[in-house]
Amino acid sequence: MPLLRLENVTRDFDVSRPWLNRVLEHEPRRILRAVDQVSLEIENGETVGLVGESGCGKSTVARLIVGLYEPTAGRVEFRGRRLQMIFQDPYASLNPRWRVRDIVAEPMRFLGTTARVEDLLVQVGLSADDGEKYPHEFSGGQRQRISIARALAGEPDFLVCDEPTSALDVSVQAQILNLMSDLQQRLGLTYLFISHNLAVVSQVADRVGVMYLGRLAELAPAAALFSRPRHPYTRMLLDAVPDLGMSGRPRTPVRGEVPNPLAPPTGCTFHPRCPHSNERCRREVPVFADGVACHAVAEARI
Amino acid sequence: MTLDVRDLRVEFPTRRGTLTALDGISFSIAPGEVLGVVGESGAGKSITGLAIIGLLEPPGRIAGGEVRLEGKRIDNLPHDQLRRLRGRQIGVIFQDPLTSLNPLYTIGRQLEETILAHLPLSRAQARAKALGLLREVGIPAPEARYAHYPHQFSGGMRQRVVIALALAAEPRLLIADEPTTALDVSIQAQIIALLKRLAAERGAAVMLITHDMGVIAETAQRVAVMYAGRIVEIGAVRDVIHAPHHPYTAGLMGSIPRIAAKRTRLVQIDGAMPRLNAIPSGCAFHPRCTRRLERCLAERPDLVPAGASRAACWLHAAA
Repeated sequence: MPLLRLENVTRDFDVSRPWLNRVLEHEPRRILRAVDQVSLEIENGETVGLVGESGCGKSTVARLIVGLYEPTAGRVEFRGRRLQMIFQDPYASLNPRWRVRDIVAEPMRFLGTTARVEDLLVQVGLSADDGEKYPHEFSGGQRQRISIARALAGEPDFLVCDEPTSALDVSVQAQILNLMSDLQQRLGLTYLFISHNLAVVSQVADRVGVMYLGRLAELAPAAALFSRPRHPYTRMLLDAVPDLGMSGRPRTPVRGEVPNPLAPPTGCTFHPRCPHSNERCRREVPVFADGVACHAVAEARI
Repeated sequence: MTLDVRDLRVEFPTRRGTLTALDGISFSIAPGEVLGVVGESGAGKSITGLAIIGLLEPPGRIAGGEVRLEGKRIDNLPHDQLRRLRGRQIGVIFQDPLTSLNPLYTIGRQLEETILAHLPLSRAQARAKALGLLREVGIPAPEARYAHYPHQFSGGMRQRVVIALALAAEPRLLIADEPTTALDVSIQAQIIALLKRLAAERGAAVMLITHDMGVIAETAQRVAVMYAGRIVEIGAVRDVIHAPHHPYTAGLMGSIPRIAAKRTRLVQIDGAMPRLNAIPSGCAFHPRCTRRLERCLAERPDLVPAGASRAACWLHAAA
């Protein structure tokens, strides 16, 4: 039985202008579908990565899972003990007026867990007496360690991490990624790891989902996804990643931009940028089956 | 050489004493060459760019060394002469395209004004040139977009407009400070390709400042790695990436996640970049360095030949 299950989860946001403007200017309601029929299962102890460009809905999925948003349709089922979330910006997510020990102890007060703040700080690589300090006395990487200590204070078995290293320098990012993998082994944690950075996701994830305009385009074990991407969007994303090894491997130049999510293209929303699109792609939304949502793959055209 | 920087030193006088932000920075860029300047937050890479174009925020000031553009010294020019030089001979691209564009003017007008301020053209000629630039940076249907305002463009398209603006006066030197950092990866790839093509076609020297070694690998011919206000290694991109000689560069390269079949644990450099008011003695990297020697604590290393590159590290000093 999976620890977490999303079943056809959809989330709409009403971004209409105020009622009076709509009436006077004869404007219809405008609905933004941030997440569209996403189904996903996460097993105990694994790390699932979710990648995609801005506006693809990956952060909305995170917020649906932890309950910050209610799904418009579909179901989110969590069978574990407790969820915690780690946010991207370690400057905004810690209260600057609180001492670190109070920040870390806050979940315990609400949840009645009994970990010791000192132990939690040591566990994330800080020193036990750092609890007396304020957040501004720490660098970005150390603050992200404080966020992790706070998340662990609630004794979670599932951590939702939304771009946890995107605000950090690469050498600090390496420290945090290594820490997260150590904690996973020591505490048996399950992660949903959200990032726009494919290389970071390839470093941590066992399975990877690729999102485009609110839909899941592809979901596969990490090794398969990065060595044999199937969806044309996954291929394009991989080709866009700078080639640090300077291998000079042949790559297809990237085309176009992510369309306006308020007026998404018909059929497969990727069709205007896809080199393999045809009449059916423009007309019909591809069904997610066997790990990929693409007509060309289903018809064995690519 | 288009740009020649010798022994550049930048200081910030404060009430508690003078902070040295840059010290002994020397490099040059040839016409048509892209030099990458890479480093983590606080390394001094953006300050290097700002010092060259004379846009240091007071009280920051150039306290030593010289900057030459096509042989002519520009670091001691009066304010108004330097202002004319910027824009005419130096184009600048910043990270956030919205701060470089005026939200109240159409992009066509902003381009025309920039062209007319620097080149002896009529308004009709300026318009033709502006449309040509927009086409060159890959804005589809430039005639239709000419009268649009910055907010009507997407992030990637805005950055293309900023590049067109930077190129408007046909500068000899282009300074791009994190030009792709605010963009999605698929847009980043397009902007990188564009910068590379333009530098090659126009023979302009490009100083590409970024924290992203991947962007450097794709774009630059040579790279300077900065740490705590100094260049710690400089050389051809291929040499520095495949055979880094400074322990900081080696650690940095190992800490970058890569898409690879086999997953290995990332190299970890413990600690963090020092703050300007607490730069360690000797080699500033020594507290974090796993290969430090006795003399690293007291003596500061200068750049010396190390393999095909140059590195500021006592490991490579002649015995």
